[in-house]
Amino acid sequence: MTYSAAEIWMVIALLGVGTFLIRFSFLGLIGDRPMPPFVLRLLRFTPVAVLPGMVAPLVLWPAATGGQPDIVRILAALATVGVGLWTRNVLWAVFAGVAALYVGLAVTGLQL
Amino acid sequence: MATSTVKKASKSAYWAGVRDGVPFIFVAGPFALLFGVIATDAGLTIGQAMGFSILVIAGASQFAAVQMITENAGIAFVLMAALAVNLRMAMYSASLVPFLGSAPMWQRALVSYLNFDQTYITSIARYEARPEMTVPDRVMYFLGVASPITPLWVIMTLVGILAGTAIPEAWALDFIMPIMFLAMVAPMLKSLAHVAAAIASVIVALLLVGLPSGTGLLVAAGVAMLTGAAVETWMEKRAA
Repeated sequence: MTYSAAEIWMVIALLGVGTFLIRFSFLGLIGDRPMPPFVLRLLRFTPVAVLPGMVAPLVLWPAATGGQPDIVRILAALATVGVGLWTRNVLWAVFAGVAALYVGLAVTGLQL
Repeated sequence: MATSTVKKASKSAYWAGVRDGVPFIFVAGPFALLFGVIATDAGLTIGQAMGFSILVIAGASQFAAVQMITENAGIAFVLMAALAVNLRMAMYSASLVPFLGSAPMWQRALVSYLNFDQTYITSIARYEARPEMTVPDRVMYFLGVASPITPLWVIMTLVGILAGTAIPEAWALDFIMPIMFLAMVAPMLKSLAHVAAAIASVIVALLLVGLPSGTGLLVAAGVAMLTGAAVETWMEKRAA
């Protein structure tokens, strides 16, 4: 690393300010002015439009295995989604995913 | 109505938020711990690593920035990559407008500072499920969700810095975050339109995975929102 302390602090400060401005953008500027119905309809899909795309590459090509698909992680992801859909409960879904991950890692670890 | 027009926030909304936010300490904690470990490995001081977690509070972008700093990328590139990772939060910001737009400016600024994936998704799910919530209650609920997670994020970063490389790789902490996000999104797939949006998001994000970090996701999210809106419109026409 060739970064000086001052340069690292500059990155931290600018990233902090920039990230706040991104988060503040619409909520800060639009306020309670009405938005067009079509825009509101689009925005209702924000969570399900962002998170699956964010997670998909991490599931298929995890950095921890050097980008190689890992059956244990894929199964853990499927268990999370399956239990989440079934129970409609975030905690049960997390529990299922973590359990599947550690059981899978333990089983594949035994084979090595 | 004889009651006052001043809407007061109820304490119960805040505590409902705290209750719904507590479970995330089990998943946000390991993620912050991991950041502390990686930042220390990269050669950052305690102050710098803590600076990231307090001033930025956006895990994925913090990892991206530290990774690029260790690769000696130019400052402009570090900032562009890390901010691109956070651009999804502009969408979060926009989607909170119908629910929180009429709150006072300082409250909107505070919510913005605390608007990260867990607080946003937990809160928006509550707002959608309970349309009768008042705006002050919505703000209190959001702050409630943030209350357990935010201090823990900072403390666990410090623990990671101090524990350093003592965290075994076998814990597979890298995969706790994907599990958490999938667990948050699965219960929100409540209609065919939502499922279609999620599938579109996955497909486009995988196709564009070669683009600089964060940018492919923005395209994927845009396509997914349009897909969801189109399917919903089609379903409404069919039902009519």
